[in-house]
Amino acid sequence: MAITDRLLSMPVVRRSNVLRTFITAAWLGWQIESNWADPILFAIYSIARPIASVLILVVMYNVITNGATQEQIFAYIYLGNALYILVGQVVSGVSWTVISDREQYRTIRQLYTTPMDGYFYLMGRGVARLLIGLVSLVITIGFGVIAFQLPVSFATVNWPLFIASTVLGIISLATLGLIVGALTMMMARHFSQIGDALAAALYLFTGAIFPLDMLPTWLQPIGFVFPVTYWLELARRALLGSKLAAFPTFSGYSDGQLMGILAGTTLVITVASVYVYRWSLNRAKENGFFDMETSY
Amino acid sequence: MRDAGRLPKATGLRLFWYTMWARAYPRMIGAMRERSWLFFETILPLMGVIGYVYVYKTLNAPEDYIGFVVVGGAMTAFWLNILWAMASQLYWDKDQGNLELYVLCPGPMMAILLGMAVGGMIMTVTRAVIILVVSTLLFSVVYQTGSLLLLLGVFAATMASLYGMGMMFASAFLAAGREVWHISNLLQEPIYLLSGFYFPVKAMGFWVATFASIIPLTLGLDAIRQLLFTSDPTLGFLSVPVELAILCVLAVIFIAAAAWMLAKLEDIGRREGRLIERRR
Repeated sequence: MAITDRLLSMPVVRRSNVLRTFITAAWLGWQIESNWADPILFAIYSIARPIASVLILVVMYNVITNGATQEQIFAYIYLGNALYILVGQVVSGVSWTVISDREQYRTIRQLYTTPMDGYFYLMGRGVARLLIGLVSLVITIGFGVIAFQLPVSFATVNWPLFIASTVLGIISLATLGLIVGALTMMMARHFSQIGDALAAALYLFTGAIFPLDMLPTWLQPIGFVFPVTYWLELARRALLGSKLAAFPTFSGYSDGQLMGILAGTTLVITVASVYVYRWSLNRAKENGFFDMETSY
Repeated sequence: MRDAGRLPKATGLRLFWYTMWARAYPRMIGAMRERSWLFFETILPLMGVIGYVYVYKTLNAPEDYIGFVVVGGAMTAFWLNILWAMASQLYWDKDQGNLELYVLCPGPMMAILLGMAVGGMIMTVTRAVIILVVSTLLFSVVYQTGSLLLLLGVFAATMASLYGMGMMFASAFLAAGREVWHISNLLQEPIYLLSGFYFPVKAMGFWVATFASIIPLTLGLDAIRQLLFTSDPTLGFLSVPVELAILCVLAVIFIAAAAWMLAKLEDIGRREGRLIERRR
């Protein structure tokens, strides 16, 4: 709590309900994720899952290509899957908060009687999963560099592009998770799969592990709607260099054009999340779903 | 369900039989009542399956590999059911106050575990069949019509050993307490990798495949693929009869271990007063 206390005592934070809510929720989220887990189990859990999911693709790739891991497409598939760790963690991390507060800890009534900002509370609760996801991402990429000689090096990465696109990517993921969480407020029982279902859909439609061009033409536009698609492409370009781009989908677009599209789609989804959150909260209260316990 | 007042007093095997169906009943009825579950629990694995199929298509893999992914993807429904609806179930039941009711009722706990397995299996077979049929139609997967009897035998042995393992895990996970969440998560992707859900397990090498054979789906899936696809038979890890025999042995071991662990855990739980303890 030492870092949180220090942050909460800063004048700018004390004056801002949004910042206080966000920081406290982030602290709470971290406690929930980590405080009763065995540290070794927690570390294994945070590392083994992403490494295993990327190794599934590595083995699939090796079986077919006889281990041609020096090909550009391998690096693209590997990094797409590694970056995708953040998608699952952030989207389902934010949306799961509603379920855990309502069904598991049954504290949602008490929480919403405090003067907190509900929107930023949900955002803050996603921070813990984001941190776990970031650690997993770094380890997974590091593992790829050591084990499979991925052409990623600290000196050649386009850091401004990587940081800018990843910040926008994370914002878009958090707001997407918030939309799912807000919709969850109005649902009974089957809510628990919605965050995961969306993450699985994004896996398919965002070109994370195969080029969008492989999908039937009528399905491809679904991928172009989500900011995640552009973030994955930009982050891979930043890590590998534009010349190593292996998926043809966005080969006609410059980094600047893709950043523009990413920024635009992120803005749209962020504004939409504010409205969806307010609407869902009111509907959930009107219909008596807000504090409903459904024995998940 | 029949009117409880007209039921004769059940003891012995009859009590076991009634208890098992009593526990299976809410699972089956619950699935029918909340049909949206079926949608989400089918769509979710289906997305992953389609994603992996497109990876193979991108790599111009032989057609049989697409079939491998489809069959493996359908089998993920069983593994997820084992983790989240078998292994973790007694913990959820304890959390919701049902475990103490199970212990207090005259029915044997093994029958309750078996009821969980039977109810869960019926739900999951439906999901697996939907995933299999939809993926097969989407990607025009061709299966060979070999020995149907042997195929059914392998499937039955896989399910018996898998759900036996699930029953055993239920006791073990109950002892793990709040960490079941992390453990169940930990046993997803790593098991998909080790058991070769999306590629022939032989690709993992002999020792890894041997180690992974403790998970019944490893050998079950390998045998089913050998029976369903015409590709090079050397892709199989062991011969089908050997895999079938190992699966039968695993089924006996896991079910016996489940009975022993359940009795042990119940005894410890009663003595230490932790059977009805709830921590969140």
